[in-house]
Amino acid sequence: MTDRSTVYANICAQIEPFNKKQVALSEATTFAGDLEWDSLTVMDFVAAIEDDFDIMITMNMQAEIETVGHLVDAVIKLKAN
Amino acid sequence: MTDLFSKFDPLLAEREALMQPGVRDPFGIVMDEIKSPTVAMIKGKETILVGTYNYMGMTFDPDVIQAGKDALDHFGSGTNGSRMLNGTYKDHKACEDALREFYGTTGAIVFSTGYQANLGFVSAIAGKGDYIVLDADSHASIYDGCAMGNAEIVRFRHNSVEDLDKRLGRIPAEAQKLVILEGVYSMVGDVAPLVEMVAVAKKHPNVMIMSDEAHSMGFFGPNGRGVYEELGLENDIDFVVGTFSKSVGTVGGFVVSNHPKFEVIRMVSRPYIFTASLPPCVVAMAATSIRKLMHAHNKRAHLWENTRKMHAGLREMGYTLGTETPQSAIIAVMLPDQEQAVGTWQALLELGVYVNVARPPATPNGMFLLRCSLSAGHSTEQVDTILAAFKAAGRASGVLAAA
Repeated sequence: MTDRSTVYANICAQIEPFNKKQVALSEATTFAGDLEWDSLTVMDFVAAIEDDFDIMITMNMQAEIETVGHLVDAVIKLKAN
Repeated sequence: MTDLFSKFDPLLAEREALMQPGVRDPFGIVMDEIKSPTVAMIKGKETILVGTYNYMGMTFDPDVIQAGKDALDHFGSGTNGSRMLNGTYKDHKACEDALREFYGTTGAIVFSTGYQANLGFVSAIAGKGDYIVLDADSHASIYDGCAMGNAEIVRFRHNSVEDLDKRLGRIPAEAQKLVILEGVYSMVGDVAPLVEMVAVAKKHPNVMIMSDEAHSMGFFGPNGRGVYEELGLENDIDFVVGTFSKSVGTVGGFVVSNHPKFEVIRMVSRPYIFTASLPPCVVAMAATSIRKLMHAHNKRAHLWENTRKMHAGLREMGYTLGTETPQSAIIAVMLPDQEQAVGTWQALLELGVYVNVARPPATPNGMFLLRCSLSAGHSTEQVDTILAAFKAAGRASGVLAAA
């Protein structure tokens, strides 16, 4: 089992280097809207998350992940498998 | 008023801001007359074309034109039908035979465009539960093929052997995987490290490899098959995708392979089935052009001379280029913003030189590019003229320091 708050904290730490506008983070923060990330930033960020948690997030899954909260859910699910 | 078009308002506003009086639209050029593979009339001005992908200068080849005229006379203007039903004529088969000979493969399938070849093959070959692993800078048609199909899609950093290895390692071993590479990436004209990428891909189980060689056909490798041939990877690449709209000089796309079951793609690829086949004159011209490209050694050599000369000349002037060395027939001048790009582009046009403007999101790293593609049809004198225009245009737009 992976603790939700630990996953959230790890994800927030991974967002920081890409958070150029210093947007305040919550589970409702959106990647495209609030953080204004383009597809290249998304790729670099996804790679960082994949390496950190040793998981694979396909582009199919990425299409469903709009908020930080969605990503926390996805990571927990992937770690459980 | 809000309607379905409202989401395009920011784009329209951006264009309006750019299109000040006296500024010409890089995406609205009309060629009024075409005088040769490298010269057109644009608004009454004779213009050297340096952005057409007419790499081998085949568009006015007399044998190619004659083959088209003959087919037009004997088979009419179009087929009115799908390849699968009434749209396969003698020349469609002859064209596929020419491709088999050119690539030395047992299988060849012609699609109606290069875009559809990628769309139709990628969407069909990998299904539910399969994985496609593609380079992040892959052509839009590859991405669209991925989006159309049902496979799981994983992308790796552009040309990163290490990233490809890591991504493949996380995919379940038993899953079937298609790795998609390109010989030459068209935005900045860089060549992929295919030897290393293939070696890494082959370490993993259940991997097949496709290489898109659209921008290398005719002038890479002993037989002009592409970068993969030049690098000695003919036994390692399972599928080669290509196009007729570049070196071949007409329109259409294809996939070639030695796989014994390759032909089944004709029965499962929707962009192959649910569209009209190419007009007979187009496939007749393509077949003739492909056969001529097999022996076009002088043209190949001249194209490489042109691209080396152009790369060296632009570097010497102080332009920042997409590649350190001349790797392909595409040379991209990199500029920091839209104003400099469009300003230099327009100055070039007024000096009688047409190049492509490329901008985000089509370009990597948010760059603005003036993309030049050289042709075997360019004379050495034309390359001199193009270089002189780049010097004057760069000074006029402020990209280069004044003399």
